[in-house]
Amino acid sequence: MQTFEFIRPKNPAQAVSAAAKAKTAQQGADIRFLAGGTTLIDLMKLNVETPAQLIDINRLGLDKIEATRDGRLKIGATVRNSDLAYHATVRRDYSLLSQALLSGASAQLRNMATTAGNLLQRTRCVYFRDTAMPCNKREPGTGCSAISGTNRTLAVLGASEHCIATNPSDMCVALAALEATIHVQGPKGSRAVPIGDFHLLPGNTPHRETVLEPGDLVTHVTLPPPVAGSRQLYLKLRDRASYEFALASAAVVLSSAGGNVTRARVALGGVGTKPWRSPEAEAALVGQPANDATFRRAAEAALREAKPQSENAFKVELAKRCLTHALRMATAT
Amino acid sequence: MPKRKPEKPRAAIADKLTVSRRSFLVSAGSAGIIGAVDAADVMGQGQPADPAGTADRRGTVPVMLRINGREHRLRLDPRTTLLDCLRESVVLTGTKKGCDHGQCGACTVHVNGRRVNSCLSFAVMHDGESITTIEGLGTPEALHPMQAAFVTCDAYQCGYCTSGQIMSAAALLKEPCGPNDADVKELMSGNICRCGAYQNIVTAIQQVRKTS
Repeated sequence: MQTFEFIRPKNPAQAVSAAAKAKTAQQGADIRFLAGGTTLIDLMKLNVETPAQLIDINRLGLDKIEATRDGRLKIGATVRNSDLAYHATVRRDYSLLSQALLSGASAQLRNMATTAGNLLQRTRCVYFRDTAMPCNKREPGTGCSAISGTNRTLAVLGASEHCIATNPSDMCVALAALEATIHVQGPKGSRAVPIGDFHLLPGNTPHRETVLEPGDLVTHVTLPPPVAGSRQLYLKLRDRASYEFALASAAVVLSSAGGNVTRARVALGGVGTKPWRSPEAEAALVGQPANDATFRRAAEAALREAKPQSENAFKVELAKRCLTHALRMATAT
Repeated sequence: MPKRKPEKPRAAIADKLTVSRRSFLVSAGSAGIIGAVDAADVMGQGQPADPAGTADRRGTVPVMLRINGREHRLRLDPRTTLLDCLRESVVLTGTKKGCDHGQCGACTVHVNGRRVNSCLSFAVMHDGESITTIEGLGTPEALHPMQAAFVTCDAYQCGYCTSGQIMSAAALLKEPCGPNDADVKELMSGNICRCGAYQNIVTAIQQVRKTS
């Protein structure tokens, strides 16, 4: 591992100004915020990340979960995934988030990993993690080894000819369906970014994964007030029953009346280059009878643009069945 | 099941041999570095070392860790993981290094009472915090109930993953976990056992949960 300077700021403003000197906040950043460490330290051991400075943000008081006066839930950047998953309000009003978090990683990792760290979780593409191999995300311009290589677990939605890496997060898929907002404090002040705008498609700059710029510190995430009477469900399909990344997952928030769907929020995981909200599936659901035929049509709509690679055509049908079954489970009495 | 004879203390064996395998490896592999660390590992006064911006010219930072109830004041390269700090600097080798990437659970310890993978954490992040390792969970004379249950249930074969399994299982007792074997398996999925002692591990954990 490369040497680095360990910095412990006293408040978020100090953290922001220390990080603002970085050349980039994206892949290969020379200055990194350090929270749980479960992604970053792993990648530093592999020399995929080689920051010269680490700014420890674990003691900045960003570890609170609070209800806001206007009925939203404010989740601090360094709230641990396990604390968030087991929080009474989250279990009651945002059970989708709790389900998604508990389906990811292991109990130990959830005790370490944080809200903001999970937002910035990096792909598990084996070529990204192997410095001996070309990878446009890790080293722009070197090429994508996965397109002609091992790509069974990689993306079928949102990929480009430069990168097909999957976003591995479960939490972000739930946050997409719950329409979360990411709050960022930066050198020029604070701003709020809808979760759908936070992650970037790879296009021809796969090394840029989010809208974050040098010095930008995610301070917290907010969730809108819970939708009364809605049903929430996270379904994750994977190669083993626990402690594995999704091959396909579906997050649904569904309201219905008189047997018809009145409101739907749908997001997919394990198949996209970013957490994949599907307005196409939502449009196919709203106003339609809550039955298998509708659910299958919604799933077809969600995967219509899917472009499989040499080894992962199965994920297209798997994702459709995953979403269909999640909708069925969410509406079952 | 017959009771196991307590093992001869390691130190006594080392005295007889004059040079143990471990002390040979330590002195051969890290001459100069370990000497400095040992000198710095003295009983502290209860305050965190607060490493903010205090790296000295050799690049080490002061860290105070309360390990198994005892304060350790160390100077560490910030790259030192909590796992390497425990094994190499403090020489508590009960915590094992398996994958070193947070995938196997062999390195599980408790930080402020919660289980974590010590390989994916830098020691400097834990300045002032309380660490419990397998050495602090129980003693050969007074085993932690989970240690005793692992013995009774034969919940291991080679033993390499066992300290991690036990630390994980001991923490699980305080976590929201459903009553069934499936619930235990889910919350223990971060601890891999290559020998495949899973069934007896679950039995041991359920035995403790039912009796405590």
